[in-house]
Amino acid sequence: MKLTRRDALAALSAAGVAVGGAVVADRVADSETLGDDLLRSETDDESTLDGSARQTLVAVAEVVYPSELDGIEGFVETYTEGRLLADDSRRQSVATTLSELDEVSREWESTAFANLDTDTRDELLRELAVDTADPDPEGLLPGRVRYYVVNDLLYALYASPTGGELAGTPNPIGHPGGYRTQLSPEYQRASPAETRDPTAETRDPTAGHDNGGTANNDRTTDADGGEAGG
Amino acid sequence: MADRTPEPRADVCVVGAGPAGAIVAARLAEAGHDVVVLEAGPRFDDESRREKLDSHLRPGEENPWGMGGQRDAYTNEGDRDYPLNAARVKGVGGSTLHWQGMVMRLHERDFEMQTRHGVGTDWPIDYDDLRPYYAAAERELSVAGADDNPYAPPREEPFPLPAFPPSRSDSVFAEACESLGLDMHSVPNARNSAGTDEAPACVGYGTCQPVCPSGAKYTAERHVRAAEAAGARVIDRVPVQRLDHDRAGDRLTQATYATPDGETHTQSARQFVVACGGVETPRLLLLSRSETYPDGLANSSGAVGRFFCDHLFAGAGGTDDRQTDQNHVGFNTSECHQFYDDADPVVGMKLEFLNYAGPSPVTTALNADTWGDDLLVDLQRDYGTHLAMGALVEQLPRRENRIELDTSRTDDHGNPVPQIHWSLDDRTRAGLRRANKIQTAVLSELGVTPEWTVGPADTGPAYHHMGTTRMGTDPDASVVDPELRTHDLDNCWLVGSGTFPTGGAMNPTLTIAALAVRAADRLDAVL
Repeated sequence: MKLTRRDALAALSAAGVAVGGAVVADRVADSETLGDDLLRSETDDESTLDGSARQTLVAVAEVVYPSELDGIEGFVETYTEGRLLADDSRRQSVATTLSELDEVSREWESTAFANLDTDTRDELLRELAVDTADPDPEGLLPGRVRYYVVNDLLYALYASPTGGELAGTPNPIGHPGGYRTQLSPEYQRASPAETRDPTAETRDPTAGHDNGGTANNDRTTDADGGEAGG
Repeated sequence: MADRTPEPRADVCVVGAGPAGAIVAARLAEAGHDVVVLEAGPRFDDESRREKLDSHLRPGEENPWGMGGQRDAYTNEGDRDYPLNAARVKGVGGSTLHWQGMVMRLHERDFEMQTRHGVGTDWPIDYDDLRPYYAAAERELSVAGADDNPYAPPREEPFPLPAFPPSRSDSVFAEACESLGLDMHSVPNARNSAGTDEAPACVGYGTCQPVCPSGAKYTAERHVRAAEAAGARVIDRVPVQRLDHDRAGDRLTQATYATPDGETHTQSARQFVVACGGVETPRLLLLSRSETYPDGLANSSGAVGRFFCDHLFAGAGGTDDRQTDQNHVGFNTSECHQFYDDADPVVGMKLEFLNYAGPSPVTTALNADTWGDDLLVDLQRDYGTHLAMGALVEQLPRRENRIELDTSRTDDHGNPVPQIHWSLDDRTRAGLRRANKIQTAVLSELGVTPEWTVGPADTGPAYHHMGTTRMGTDPDASVVDPELRTHDLDNCWLVGSGTFPTGGAMNPTLTIAALAVRAADRLDAVL
């Protein structure tokens, strides 16, 4: 399955990036295809990640994305371009985190993270405990890798149409795919009678229920089962 | 810096910019009156809605409206903990920023619980009194619905927008409901099923609660915009600290509010409308006690803060072999109101067929401890086959359930915080058990083994705060009269679900809106 430009734009939309906004629109939406050197043509531009950081980011995506996906590099670069153009503070944090991840790789494996094969990258991330770390934008490296890198990549994928389709839905949460995607082709509701009398006898699935009295002796304090208001 | 000085001349001062306050403000401003609205919380930028969606979906960032902290502190003293800040919002738009958006009319019996069933109390108005205002409220909220509910009270005109069609999981449920003799029908939704001048059609972001990035879901910001377009002034981030009255104690004279930069101002007006919700409205009245009213403003009856009630959630769910396509949208498309009025003694209940049962891929992925192909296998296994039913169950008002002031703890302005005393009675628990029985019967009919239930032991509230400034004709037993004017103070009006003498089991906002439209008419006549 191939990730498309539409997926990247949808992921940006889900991430709250105003794709229609001037800068992002010029830089992202005008791009005809994914992976068309959108970033590579901007190597001196401080508003994006440098080449090394981009390579590390794509290398992580190749681990955390399903192996059947094509077009990962272009998708990641397009998404990241839009995401970080809109947020300079985030760009710095992402760049720092990727740089530190790369340093760990050079220390443990004597080479850049992007140079490792995918199995070794996977092992390194797990040894670093990124898989079990709580995402934490200001925490230790595993929490920051989880927050800025892994979770952002997973968010981009699984809030996009192709990622949703992989998981089983054409309209994943976060993607404005239209409410009609939830319809059944043969949708219906139970409506036993054409003209219905609410007092007519129906088969009562609650036969034998007891409405009880009015005493107040409930000491339970767990209210987590609530349905939020509205 | 925004100008937060008082309005030199105001016919009406509205406290609170949620649906009740905003509707009153809009209608009075459109009628030519000078209106100022004082809102405790901020004005949220429209452009930030998708950022809020993003943060809502990410672990640890699920609180997009900034509720919590010392500003919103509260304490619990009742038998059950009440998570007050879980769904309310302080800000322009109020809790409609967060809400689900289900808008049903109360039934005729809800207004006559004492007369018909010997429980609770009667409203001083009946369904026919409110009926034209329900129609007006449906127009105000652009309600999408269909006249296909045989258990709904009589109505006089079509809904403003067509109902959302039933979902795939509705179709799955339909089989069991047919077999059991349960009627399914549409859900009146305060979200656009088609575009209007005010809002676009729903595009299915799937995060209605807590945030609709498209604006298809109604929020009271629509009425705030209408109010401002008609000349009203809305001042945000100015929590009202107290209300003061004249020497005789007959009329309010001013509202004292704090600004973010530490200043304090007073706003005077001819009429005051307090619309801060079922917790903050009684709290403000209690905070405004005086020599004349030592137990709090408008509290000669002693009923301010009393009779706090809510709707209780019951639910059951499991997984099916069939595809159920959950989480495409964040709202429900079918319900069953068949068991609302049928039992004696009556315990109101409405059943919901959930369109958001089970996990969604993106939230599962962000919380998973694996990735790659392993994660995809988990997502494919976990998504798409869940089925669940919910229910709201009626809770009758009881005097001991109440909102008080907790003088041992103060908010960010040094005011005592609300203290919640809340408990359930056997009658409500019986209603929850009955809901669970129906839900498990439906699931069993489908061949689905219930994997979870929420019932009497672990139920929680729907965050519909009602009853705390109840309406009535007897000044010794109620806070406001049938016009929603306080018995004690001639120019003090309370609008919102606090005025409900009983709450039925229907989501309250349409009734809030109907009462707000009605109160605005009365205020217009007075002015």
